[in-house]
Amino acid sequence: MIENANKISLEKVVMKTLHRQQHELANAHNQLQIIEHGQTGDFALVPFQQKLDEAGLYPLKPTGIQTFQVNVGKMCNQVCKHCHVDAGPDRKEIMTKEIMQQCLHVLVQNPSLQTVDLTGGAPEMNPHFRWFVEELKKLRRHVIVRCNLTIILANKKYNDLPQFFAQHGVEVVSSLPFYTQDRTDRQRGNGVFEDSIKALQLLNGVGYGMDNSGLVLNLVYNPAGAFLPPSQEALEKEYKTALMERYGIRFNQLFAITNLPISRYLDYLLTSGNYEKYMEKLVAAYNPVAAANVMCRNTISIGWDGYLYDCDFNQMLDLKVACSSKHIADFSMSDLNERSIIIGQHCFGCTAGSGSSCGGTVT
Amino acid sequence: MMSENHYYNAADLAKFSNIGEYQKELADKFFSYYGEVFKDSALSAREKSLIALAVSHAVQCPYCIDAYSSDAYEKGWSEAQMMEAVHVAGAIKGGAVLVHGVQMMNKVKEIAM
Ligand code: SF4
Ligand code: SF4
Repeated sequence: MIENANKISLEKVVMKTLHRQQHELANAHNQLQIIEHGQTGDFALVPFQQKLDEAGLYPLKPTGIQTFQVNVGKMCNQVCKHCHVDAGPDRKEIMTKEIMQQCLHVLVQNPSLQTVDLTGGAPEMNPHFRWFVEELKKLRRHVIVRCNLTIILANKKYNDLPQFFAQHGVEVVSSLPFYTQDRTDRQRGNGVFEDSIKALQLLNGVGYGMDNSGLVLNLVYNPAGAFLPPSQEALEKEYKTALMERYGIRFNQLFAITNLPISRYLDYLLTSGNYEKYMEKLVAAYNPVAAANVMCRNTISIGWDGYLYDCDFNQMLDLKVACSSKHIADFSMSDLNERSIIIGQHCFGCTAGSGSSCGGTVT
Repeated sequence: MMSENHYYNAADLAKFSNIGEYQKELADKFFSYYGEVFKDSALSAREKSLIALAVSHAVQCPYCIDAYSSDAYEKGWSEAQMMEAVHVAGAIKGGAVLVHGVQMMNKVKEIAM
């Protein structure tokens, strides 16, 4: 008996993407059905639209687009359990150089788009990643890379990423779901914590997170389970103390992000029997101040194939922007600024408690 | 809807604030005090959450155990830390029973020949 138990616990559980499993949740339409109506079709929560209406925010309008968030592809070296992108090594959707060129063209035409936020998958796995960053810096944009940390150690060709980031003054935003191994590995896979710590030390080594270096390293916390993040401020202090004492690691800010019920996190909620309770928790924690500050009001999200979305979440739900400027090739700032943002029950994830965005809380 | 036919119902936890319907002033005072107690202060909110978890077990309140199991886990305490907190409650409760054994011994010694 004991021998058997050991065998099972030692076996490395390899996560597969929903896409690879040909899972029904790999389909955005199926996800939306559950998000809007629940598993049985009769799970009725107060509609997000009604909440916005009460706050005088419906229809939800942009406040002026400043952030250009580009998802350069779904390929990733990790297969985290909570990933709303359903990213993984088997995903082949990668942004081409032509689409990147169209993005650069839009940035030249629209100087108000000051920040370019690169995400994925692991954005560094896109073969044109470094070229794209260099071109963006030539346009003098503030560039953020959402780096999963382990990519730096995943292959020799990525080992010099810290130097590359530093050379171009890129802001690095990295997920570290917790400052202990157990919680991190449970969410992101065995060995991820150890490699993340090594990667953070390498980033510190080239100046990231150090006083006066100008090289910004921000970390992202997201709950490893069916619960909401605690206070971002208190958590940042704990992270700073723990990472410094245990590993000598420094970083700038901690962003506490709420998980949205999309893709693999939705799958987790459903299979663990937490879906309804989690949604109720999000709704109960609805905060109208956070609603006024949701990130889709100042961000536009570009998919690997050039289509435009209100945010990375709507992108994964295949909800293209509700205006005629649907593709980067037809980008029209005025058209996009006048559009109404597409909302749904998943939006409660952005408005719970102190709110949540790619930059952490919003209140 | 009629309440379920047992003394404790998980859904009642969310109705805690309804106690104000019968006596608003005292409820308001209690909830405002409660909120103050759990704020970051000389002890952090995180530390207080773990204390609350231990006390919840000592007073065996299912509502409090529900609330503070989630809260302590959300605030980053590990499973082992949370169980050790419960053991602290258990040790104190057990100790509280056993230390009265001295009282029993005193009494017996007083009356025994
Ligand atoms: S959460 Fe990030 S690192 Fe994890 S699988 Fe998704 S894209 Fe990759
Ligand atoms: S999910 Fe997207 S569209 Fe909805 S509130 Fe959040 S950022 Fe906006």
